[in-house]
Amino acid sequence: MARRDHSREKDPASASRRGAEESPLVRWTLTGLALAFAAVFLLLPLANVFVQALAKGWRAYWAAVMEPDSLAAIRLTITVAAITVPLNVGFGLAAAWAIAKFEFRGKSILITLIDLPFSISPVVTGLMFVLLFGLQGYFGPWLEAHHLKVIFATPGLVLATVFVTFPFAARELIPVMQAAGTEQEQAALTLGASGWQTFWHVTLPSVKWGLLYGIILCNARAMGEFGAVSVVSGHIAGLTDTMPLRVEKLYQEYNSAGAFTVASLLALLALATLAVKTLLEWRARRELGRGQPALPLA
Amino acid sequence: MSIALRNVSKQFGGVPAVHHVSFSVNEGELVALLGPSGCGKTTVLRLIAGLEMPTGGDIFIRGQRVNDLPVQQRNVGFVFQSYALFKNMNVFKNVAFGLRVKHWRKADIAARVQELLQVFELAGLEKRYPHQLSGGQRQRVAMARALAPKPSVLLLDEPFGAVDAKIRQELREWLVRLHRDLNVTTLFVTHDQEEAMEVASHIVILSQGNLEQIGTPREVYEQPASEFVARFIGVMNVVEAVVQQGVARVGELEFATAGQPDGQAIRIGFRPYAVQLSTDLARFRYQAVVRYTFFLGVMMRLELELASGLAIRTRMTKEEYMQLGLAEGSRVSFHIREYRVLSEARA
Repeated sequence: MARRDHSREKDPASASRRGAEESPLVRWTLTGLALAFAAVFLLLPLANVFVQALAKGWRAYWAAVMEPDSLAAIRLTITVAAITVPLNVGFGLAAAWAIAKFEFRGKSILITLIDLPFSISPVVTGLMFVLLFGLQGYFGPWLEAHHLKVIFATPGLVLATVFVTFPFAARELIPVMQAAGTEQEQAALTLGASGWQTFWHVTLPSVKWGLLYGIILCNARAMGEFGAVSVVSGHIAGLTDTMPLRVEKLYQEYNSAGAFTVASLLALLALATLAVKTLLEWRARRELGRGQPALPLA
Repeated sequence: MSIALRNVSKQFGGVPAVHHVSFSVNEGELVALLGPSGCGKTTVLRLIAGLEMPTGGDIFIRGQRVNDLPVQQRNVGFVFQSYALFKNMNVFKNVAFGLRVKHWRKADIAARVQELLQVFELAGLEKRYPHQLSGGQRQRVAMARALAPKPSVLLLDEPFGAVDAKIRQELREWLVRLHRDLNVTTLFVTHDQEEAMEVASHIVILSQGNLEQIGTPREVYEQPASEFVARFIGVMNVVEAVVQQGVARVGELEFATAGQPDGQAIRIGFRPYAVQLSTDLARFRYQAVVRYTFFLGVMMRLELELASGLAIRTRMTKEEYMQLGLAEGSRVSFHIREYRVLSEARA
């Protein structure tokens, strides 16, 4: 018995567990505080969104959703996400592949560049694109001459969203690819697989959980983006309003039922993202087997 | 000639890893690439496979120069030390991979995979994923996968590196049997000289990127080409002696050496088995005390100490040891049946 106690003390995990057992008061207080905090600041506002949205009943809720400008906003948001997510997933795969599997000059610069959108305020991002593609911008006259509209149109929204969501897929993929190493790929090559076959059958499946997670994160942010999109949108109802912009506009028009209705759709997206994330974590852990590190999820 | 290297060199960022290495492996042979860690043996294997490109020299597989041939077209089977199984594929898909990428017909793939799973005693495990297999099973899957596309040569990187000592012995015997049955030219890397001696028909010995010797296990053991080989293959006593009138002397030991100038310091080596012992102190010319004895199972290892302080290792069977009635502290006489001049001593 004495020996077991000794070995237990050496194990930090069991030591802290024992420490917690000794002072239930502290444990309950801390847990209670954390739960109370989460309830007041996270659960309550979220629940309130749905309560407000449904305040006038399901029929009113449905009517608010089917309102033409709101429907247009939903359609536009989906369009922007549908263009942005594949673009950034493609880019993320290419960048992560290059960073994880090869050594080259300027690698750290590339990594820093990928993170750049995280450190720039979205409003500045939006402004940046206005200065580039707006009427007074560098490419403005040329675009005007060729009857192309970027700012205050869907292309501008896509550009701004691509920029803001640039890091999500790449950031998720880099650590997963690094962990996978290069030996499986080398084995595939010795077995006669072409580069493309190797990528498709070996590299991609080995990062699929990280990839899926990157996709849902990227998608959630693409649909929820406000700042950058707000600057380049021009707020033309039914044309360039995305869902977050629509929420703001409805709210400022004192149509809080409508605002909360559209907001509730975004909140649903958040909940779905959370659910899918949990599912992915669970599946990844099950498939990779015990003892294997799960995804490096944030 | 199945594999041939001619003057092959490889540098990593200016650091030489393999230095003008030439050797060849005959069709159907089982050859060991032996050397201490960091000697460049894995690099040689990767050069043959095409996973590294040589900075100089030519590599031939079945007479064809493959320097400019990409990995995919060299038709080599490569088994990585870590096995590098595809984690997201089950056993069947792992073994079938090399056939699938070559667009074999489905029925042919299934037949070939089943055949290999039988040979490698993996039948019934088709649906398992790598993480659900034991170490030995993983290795067999890796071998089956490498052999599935019928490679012209099989390259194994430390095939027994990742298994424990008990299974190693079984695996060695298994590899020899397998090689005899399949008759694929096989080159395997190892740092374990015993393993190389036991399994291989020829041994290629590397040290610091240089080729030291090629030969049968017997040749490298009995006629080592260099002191490195002599000391690396098996145990060897090495003493440094000074030549005077054709006789090299160190302590009370004397070795006849013809053709060495007086005053020359040379290194002399002799195997433990070349030391003959007797409890009759008058029988042989040198006297010593048994300082330490080590029990090795069937064999005993003895360390003798001479009056001059020299220590010499010898070995004998346990029966011999019992018959002689030896123990630590026993006084013995001995002589050295055979020895060789290794080199001039390093200054």
